[in-house]
Amino acid sequence: MSGVISYLVFFLILAAIYGIVSLGLNLQWGYTGLFNIGVAGFFAVGAYTYAILASSPTTNHLGGFDVPIPLSMIAAMIVTGIAALIIGFPTLRLRDDYLAIATIGIAFSIQLVAMNMQWLTGGTQGLYNIPQPLANTFESNFDYNLFFLAMVLIVLLVVYIALERMVHSPWGRVLMAIREDETAASSVGKNAFSYRLQSFVIGSMIMGLGGAFYACFIKYISPQDFQPVLTFQIWAMLIIGGSGNNRGAILGALLVWMLWSGSGTLVQSILPASLQVKGGAFQIILIGLVLMVTLIFKPKGIMGNRRAIIPGAKQAP
Amino acid sequence: MIGQYLADGIVLGSTIALGAIGLTLTYNILNFANFAHGSLLSWGAYFGLVFVMAFAGVQGGTFGPLSFGWPFIVALVGAAVLTSGLALLVDWLVFRPLRRSNIQVALVFASFGASLLLRNFIVVFFGPEPRYYNNSIQITREILPGVRMTPDQIFVVALAVVLVVALHLFLTRTKLGKAMRATADNLALAQVTGINVQGVMRWTWVVGASLAAVGGMFFGLTVQILPEMGFNLVLPLFAAAILGGIGSVYGAVLGGLVIGIAQDVSVMFISPAYKPAVAFVIMIVVLLVRPTGILGEKK
Repeated sequence: MSGVISYLVFFLILAAIYGIVSLGLNLQWGYTGLFNIGVAGFFAVGAYTYAILASSPTTNHLGGFDVPIPLSMIAAMIVTGIAALIIGFPTLRLRDDYLAIATIGIAFSIQLVAMNMQWLTGGTQGLYNIPQPLANTFESNFDYNLFFLAMVLIVLLVVYIALERMVHSPWGRVLMAIREDETAASSVGKNAFSYRLQSFVIGSMIMGLGGAFYACFIKYISPQDFQPVLTFQIWAMLIIGGSGNNRGAILGALLVWMLWSGSGTLVQSILPASLQVKGGAFQIILIGLVLMVTLIFKPKGIMGNRRAIIPGAKQAP
Repeated sequence: MIGQYLADGIVLGSTIALGAIGLTLTYNILNFANFAHGSLLSWGAYFGLVFVMAFAGVQGGTFGPLSFGWPFIVALVGAAVLTSGLALLVDWLVFRPLRRSNIQVALVFASFGASLLLRNFIVVFFGPEPRYYNNSIQITREILPGVRMTPDQIFVVALAVVLVVALHLFLTRTKLGKAMRATADNLALAQVTGINVQGVMRWTWVVGASLAAVGGMFFGLTVQILPEMGFNLVLPLFAAAILGGIGSVYGAVLGGLVIGIAQDVSVMFISPAYKPAVAFVIMIVVLLVRPTGILGEKK
């Protein structure tokens, strides 16, 4: 019984971390219509920045700055925001597809750096012994995870409330106006490019925060953690939950993470050992099929905003 | 030294150019960035492998110094046919329903999903390990002072040239080719003048997928066959299409060669591990300096 509960806590921590990332994507896609398919890249920048700054001195790679944990988290967000600026600036004036191409490119390049810049990222061996807040104050692992869950849930709640206030402010209404009809928004004097860039940078910073929490919880990161599959999972969470709705983004994170872990367990228990290597492929195919069916039959997801996607609203400039 | 890298770059560029042509055609005629196009290259390579293996028992011999004989030529045609079928199937299952609802970005996202699915189906059917059409090792020959190439590499470049010329003749001399160009130029006008736009779209998939299949087999022949090869090639393909001016077939060929050469020449300055990132950097610079690409039209 305690095994089930401790697994549940572990499960919920990761679901909440993905929920944070999904909220970041929702600001970009759900509210602004920015097509970012490099989520894994921004997540990775946050995770690596946190790990490098917060960890203790080591000879394996750059790092060991022993920066206090909250400061490392903030730094992770800032560095991710800078990466987003570099990508957003040349592409956000162009048609949506260009942002998609550029973001997948940066995610790919970040993974190459993570794999090959041994001195910075530890290469394929990754970074370990990533510090956790108040790590020695709890007696059992389970107690600590409970504390961690509470902490992540508070952060999730703060991000949720902040985003709700942002999207319901005049600023958020401009974002939605740009999403629905850029020409109309521009004609009343709104600089669409500037708003897009703001939304893109803030959304990416939230993804970086999610990455920092991931590194902090798992205590070990390697390039394997930031494959394009991660981007796909986060998108599945947002689309199935309902883009354009922050509660939908969180619900989607919970549901898709449940489906993913559940199918992982199922694959492990029913597939013969010889096919186990292919288990991951079966999981991706399953999530992909659920996503395709959702896109085709219920494109607004479970809780999608009524006006999340308007046919024909996005045209070439 | 640079001559050798140029030659290697032209071989890689031939693969990228063939892939980028299909990408640019689908972008122009179907009006979306198809991320699944790279997976068509992978599937082309694996379909080719199936044909090559099926002919393994047949005494095909080899063409002179090349590492393959008739079975490989049959495989090129067979892979092109099967990959076209696969592209039409994916279009019918995924893109057609979304095209009707006219949500352009949903199409792009669906293609991203389709690319992951197609890659993972390869892992399920063929396994994750690298494969080869032929296990023999070819000796390189000196074709110019300081430049060594294998006969297979020369074949790849020569066939790519033939295909590009054939495509040029197809687009300028045949009725279907002209209809494709008209549709790319202005879909509504093409419809009004009585062009069967649905038919043109189907042929766009066939032409794009066939070239992708050949490109994939080129990569398999000169490098190796891997489930993720197409996914890794997506970035160079887009970089080539953007560099050439997205929508321009000749731009895609030119862009493919430039990207291929840039990736191989970059090895002189940076670690080969970053070869794929070179395409990304070129792409960002082009987007900053000239978003319409070299041969693209201002819109």
